[in-house]
Amino acid sequence: MYYDKLIFDLSTEGRKGYTLPKAEVKRYDLPKSTYLRDDCPGLPEVSELEVVRHYTNVSFKNFGIEKGFYPLGSCTMKYNPKINQDMANLPAFASLHPYQPIDTVQGVLKVYHDTQTWLSEISGLDTFTLNPYAGAHGELIGLMIIKAYHRDRGDSKRTKIIVPDSAHGTNPASATVAGLESVEVKSNPDGTVNLADLKAVLGDDIAGIMLTNPNTVGIFEKDILEIARLVHEAGGLLYYDGANLNPLLGVARPGDMGFDIMHINLHKTFSTPHGGGGPGSGPVGVTKALKPYLPKPVVEKQGDQYVIIDEPKTTLGQISHFYGNIGVVLKAYTYILSMGREHLPEIAKYSTLNANYIKESLKDVYQLPIEGICKHEFVFDGLKDKSTGVTTLDVAKRLLDFDVHPPTIFFPLVFKQTIMIEPPETESKQTIDHFISIMRQVALEASQEPDKVKGAPYNTVVKRLDEALAARKPIVKYKDLETN
Amino acid sequence: MFKYLPHTHEDIAAMLKTIGVDDIDALFGDVPKSLRNQEIKIPNSLSEIEMHQHFYTLSKMNTPLIPFMGAGAYDHYTPSVIRHLIERQEFLTAYTPYQPEISQGTLQYIFEFQSMITQLTGLDVANASMYDGATATGEAMFMACALAKKETIFISRTVNPNIINVVKTYAEYKGIHVEMIEEEAGQTSRAALQEKLASTPTAGLIVQTPNVYGFLEDLTGVKEALEQHKALLIINQDPSTLSHLKTPHAWGADIAIGECQTLGVPLSFGGPYIGYMATRTKYMRKMPGRICGVTKDTDGKRAFVLTLQAREQHIRRDKANSNICSNQSLLALFVTIYMSIMGKKGVYEVQQRSYDNAHYLYEKLLALPTFSAYADQPFFKEFTVRTTLDVSAMNQALQAAGYLGPLPFSKFDSSKQDLVTFALTEKRTKQEIDAVLDIIREVA
Repeated sequence: MYYDKLIFDLSTEGRKGYTLPKAEVKRYDLPKSTYLRDDCPGLPEVSELEVVRHYTNVSFKNFGIEKGFYPLGSCTMKYNPKINQDMANLPAFASLHPYQPIDTVQGVLKVYHDTQTWLSEISGLDTFTLNPYAGAHGELIGLMIIKAYHRDRGDSKRTKIIVPDSAHGTNPASATVAGLESVEVKSNPDGTVNLADLKAVLGDDIAGIMLTNPNTVGIFEKDILEIARLVHEAGGLLYYDGANLNPLLGVARPGDMGFDIMHINLHKTFSTPHGGGGPGSGPVGVTKALKPYLPKPVVEKQGDQYVIIDEPKTTLGQISHFYGNIGVVLKAYTYILSMGREHLPEIAKYSTLNANYIKESLKDVYQLPIEGICKHEFVFDGLKDKSTGVTTLDVAKRLLDFDVHPPTIFFPLVFKQTIMIEPPETESKQTIDHFISIMRQVALEASQEPDKVKGAPYNTVVKRLDEALAARKPIVKYKDLETN
Repeated sequence: MFKYLPHTHEDIAAMLKTIGVDDIDALFGDVPKSLRNQEIKIPNSLSEIEMHQHFYTLSKMNTPLIPFMGAGAYDHYTPSVIRHLIERQEFLTAYTPYQPEISQGTLQYIFEFQSMITQLTGLDVANASMYDGATATGEAMFMACALAKKETIFISRTVNPNIINVVKTYAEYKGIHVEMIEEEAGQTSRAALQEKLASTPTAGLIVQTPNVYGFLEDLTGVKEALEQHKALLIINQDPSTLSHLKTPHAWGADIAIGECQTLGVPLSFGGPYIGYMATRTKYMRKMPGRICGVTKDTDGKRAFVLTLQAREQHIRRDKANSNICSNQSLLALFVTIYMSIMGKKGVYEVQQRSYDNAHYLYEKLLALPTFSAYADQPFFKEFTVRTTLDVSAMNQALQAAGYLGPLPFSKFDSSKQDLVTFALTEKRTKQEIDAVLDIIREVA
């Protein structure tokens, strides 16, 4: 049975789902009516069981990592360990007010400080801030740092930031929000940065470059040292988009490659759950020279004590109300300690092994535009046989029928029918073999019964959606449903 | 072998054979030798038993206090069901709902969240959440500037200074000019606003109510004054207070934003929290962030989908008004369940208790010779008073008894050494309030 009720549909006047202690303090008069609303917000009135059953039924309409394989490219959908959750929920952390005196929060500040230190060790950058809330937020702060750095050197012409055409959409968007102009450089056929193109745009108006390495087609920028030399020589800085950090753990460090600034997605590389689109956490790391620009407040260790510095001598300013998503940091901290120095360096190996194995096992039926060894992810450019008219969208929708989350599709934009596959290190050979067999079956169906694939999905709670309809006449709240 | 890494020697050998290389190291031949760095100097791996022991030690280094302070983070109760429901793997481990056929759960709760935020604010449309109330305010500024095609924004001095700081940082890099509207007796000065409006074209005004002092802003006539200058009204409001207080819509707001932590989200040392944003239908296409809408599937069945995505970074890239991608989705589910379990009556009752507790403490404090009113303004669950006491001595005495005393307002404004700001929620008992009063009396 398809559950299509909204919580508002369950509302019955007078029903309640909460208890409160007996009031001990008298009721005080409310302020004059100028300040008061004259109606009551239309929130539902439901019992506790109704709420529990409703959201349990709503949850059944979702696909999570614990249900099946989730090879979503550039998203690093690895297993989210349970113990992370248990540690983050401990009342001794969850009940702390952000303005408690320093001596009463040494435990959480130790977690904060150790995480900063370990991220530095992992990435090769000198200092980290954990204040940014997400990857895109980290990018924004990183670009602000680049801008502030040039400004303080009196070099105000540097208003442009180089972004490869294969970059995540957040890169150019973050540049705009930071008041910089993005300059796109074309990729080589293998997705790497074209050095000649790069040289052509480098000049005294370039503030820096944003790169992810391996890039979004899963290829390591083997000329990274040369790129770094060129950009630095031209007076620019290098920003590392940490979305693809997973295949570098135990292999190489962005700081050693010459990157000056980076963000890390704790919700990708460090196993904290994505939560259906957040909360994430996007710590930003910088070289020693850029440390003065980190956002405030700053957490430091002074002697035996961890301290919060609200007003550091120099800073680019404040970018979060408090200190970032601490609850997420606690999970990443637990993960780093669980993996430890023994196992964290194994992540790159197994994620890269998984990706190459899938690539080689499917390239006879899916179009592989970039031959050779990839890192943790790679792209197909749709099915090899294009004569059937079955598109990447169709393949993705058909995968839904087999309880596999589809790979990322139509990104990066450098190919027309991109299927971007990232099988994290937590996935076993059995799971991956199963995925390969399903992908082959869909390819076979595409050639034998193309209409079947074009009509997919069939086994999901809803079938293919009319996305254009939603935009033409937006219905964005319950009240709109009642009036439509 | 390790518990999160399932590859056996046999698996590895078979996979390498398919790939056609001899060992895993061959997969990294493209990484320059000079960069290869296989060791990561972090602590050794901890087993689960050791992890629990380690966190036991860390926990001992924290001393949770009973808060009589708010200042942007409020100690409301979290009903038990919420944690159990949001930790269902279907919600917790899912990605952003880009494949709507298998993400109807996420999309539906976003739709319910948007619906509830519009009910609270009275506005037409809300987005799927922002990082926090402060960054939401920065995004509202961008939106207002894009709508009004102007590059100046006014912000009241009575807005929480952390929010002002974030707005100023966001503004500085985007090239937006921020003008402060000064305070008068705990309120946004109307005279200062009129004067500034007459001299400086602005995209809009950002005010907060209840404001940093906890006082309610009387915004009568503000919308009209702004309209004359084609400027937008942006109200930052704690959504929990909208059980009682006049809505941003009723004040004439074009954009409402705020911090939803007050809807039962644990203090968690400052995050994760969740910002909201709501606006009028006519401005929807300039609103940042994700929006969930209704559509139909090929069988005509109702379904939910992310809509108006052409506004967003992954489509619009450098032309997007905002770069927000991941937001606080799971927290949107959190507060949606909170508003469901508390319901129409519970949300009201919780705020009424908070109101009563705050007014009880205020009344008792003002009966002491050491406390006096800062301004004669109505407040809700947070208030600012003047004291002749040594604030740090008072707070140390309170801390010794397990309480987090009021915010010394000097943290925000060093010229205001004699002001303190208390906040109370429904969780504070009369016994706790009386105990705090006793300690304060002894300090004197």
